[in-house]
Amino acid sequence: MKLNLKIWRQKNREDKGKMVDYSIDHVSPDMSFLEMLDVLNEQLINKGDDPIAFDHDCREGICGMCSLFINGRAHGPNYGVTTCQLHMRSFKDGDTIFIEPWRAQAFPVIKDLAVDRSAFDRVIQAGGYVSANTGGAQDANCLPVPKENADKAFAAATCIGCGACVATCKNGSAMLFVSAKVSQLALLPQGKAEAQQRVLNMVAQMDAEGFGNCSNTGACEIECPKGISLENIARMNREFMKASILSEK
Amino acid sequence: MSNSALLKSSLVKKYWMSATGLFLCLFLAGHLAGNLQLLISPENGARDAFNMYGKFMTTNIFVKVLSIVTYISILFHAIDGIILTIQNRRARPVRYVKETPSASSSWASRNMALLGTVMLVFIVLHMLAFWKRMHFGPIETYIAANGEELKDLYSITVLSFKDADNGLIVCMIYLVAMIAIAFHLMHGFQSAFQSVGIRHPKYTPLIKKVGYGFALLVPLLFAIIPFYIRFML
Ligand code: HEM
Ligand code: SF4
Ligand code: FES
Repeated sequence: MKLNLKIWRQKNREDKGKMVDYSIDHVSPDMSFLEMLDVLNEQLINKGDDPIAFDHDCREGICGMCSLFINGRAHGPNYGVTTCQLHMRSFKDGDTIFIEPWRAQAFPVIKDLAVDRSAFDRVIQAGGYVSANTGGAQDANCLPVPKENADKAFAAATCIGCGACVATCKNGSAMLFVSAKVSQLALLPQGKAEAQQRVLNMVAQMDAEGFGNCSNTGACEIECPKGISLENIARMNREFMKASILSEK
Repeated sequence: MSNSALLKSSLVKKYWMSATGLFLCLFLAGHLAGNLQLLISPENGARDAFNMYGKFMTTNIFVKVLSIVTYISILFHAIDGIILTIQNRRARPVRYVKETPSASSSWASRNMALLGTVMLVFIVLHMLAFWKRMHFGPIETYIAANGEELKDLYSITVLSFKDADNGLIVCMIYLVAMIAIAFHLMHGFQSAFQSVGIRHPKYTPLIKKVGYGFALLVPLLFAIIPFYIRFML
């Protein structure tokens, strides 16, 4: 099939950037969206043009590196998939496709469609871990974990840090990501010890990075490729309230 | 850390939105209960009943305290809402060329600030028309059936909707404002619970249902009053 592409091109962080039209022919419906961009890039390179920069790594939906705002939606028109798992059969011959980078104050564009998501790393560094002293592993039965909590913690831990929640949110809010990272530890006994300081520090870092506030529109949950639930945001709201009131620091 | 967090954090701003928003929902319910007396027919003493209620609302000490909490809540809610909205805009300085937000969120949830602004303009107009005259005049007094001297807010209210020149416009302003409240609360009611972390598989579906019911019923009953007065009295 033949497609018209409107793609954001931006030389570097300082460049203003603009949408540029491309057209591409002989696209197979079995290609992934990123493979389609690979083909376009080869054509650009053969012509001596600068190829389009975009993020990707595993190409199997688990690393969270791929991004792209496609036709006004994070990771494109399907629900519950990353861009690397989006296939060209989701489009029709002759379609025009808008391709833009994630847009948020906290995610500056590096080049073209690639954005700097290290703000997420700094939020994790602020408290998204347990300080465990290494030593012999203790008997697993010493730390009873109810099955429901284990399941919820696991579901929260499936967040791949892609940033689709921020990209989709009209406020560029990182609440879904941060709450998933707070929840996966808050639900487990290993995480309880540092729970107060963790939530206070991670939320403070989230605010300092310039992410927006949560209006509870729920768009993040719907566009999240891993189906992270708004339940996590409610849990973080509770944890933060408890910690702000009770924390002695 | 926790001290500054209690004042500055994004989450705490939302705790205040939630608390003031839900308090204002209680205020709306109380205000509606009072206003529904305007649906009493004049032969059954609507004028005395409504004006007696007006006197109670402006003199009773308990009501006075409540009304001050209400003024503060509206102010705080509006200012906090505007601050949140400005910060939210700043968090996305470059907009998308193509957006399809309806794929993932409701219109009301995305336009709380617009709806709130409509409501704020309405609240100012509404207070200039009734609250200001009740407190600072000019307003006529008369002797009620039980011999009490009452300010005649009832006649001001009825006349403002029945006025030949402006009455219909006034009625329409009320209608628009009530539609804005309905949409504001269709998202806001349940959102206020999520903001403070109240979410539970058993109760959240109920909260959403009650929220929709409240958001539709309360503005509807409010909106009936001006049209009843204009066309049925
Ligand atoms: C009787 C009047 C009002 C009631 C009952 C009311 C109620 C509510 C409720 C329950 C919420 C949800 C809070 C949350 O998400 O935690 C809310 C949000 C909001 N309200 Fe109001 N409100 C009223 C008036 C206003 C006014 C006058 C403004 C003027 C600016 C306003 C602006 C907002 C904004 C911007 C939000 C969304 C904040 C956000 O989540 O980003 N509201 N309101
Ligand atoms: S919560 Fe979902 S959308 Fe947000 S970063 Fe994690 S996986 Fe991506
Ligand atoms: S490239 Fe790893 S999730 Fe898409």
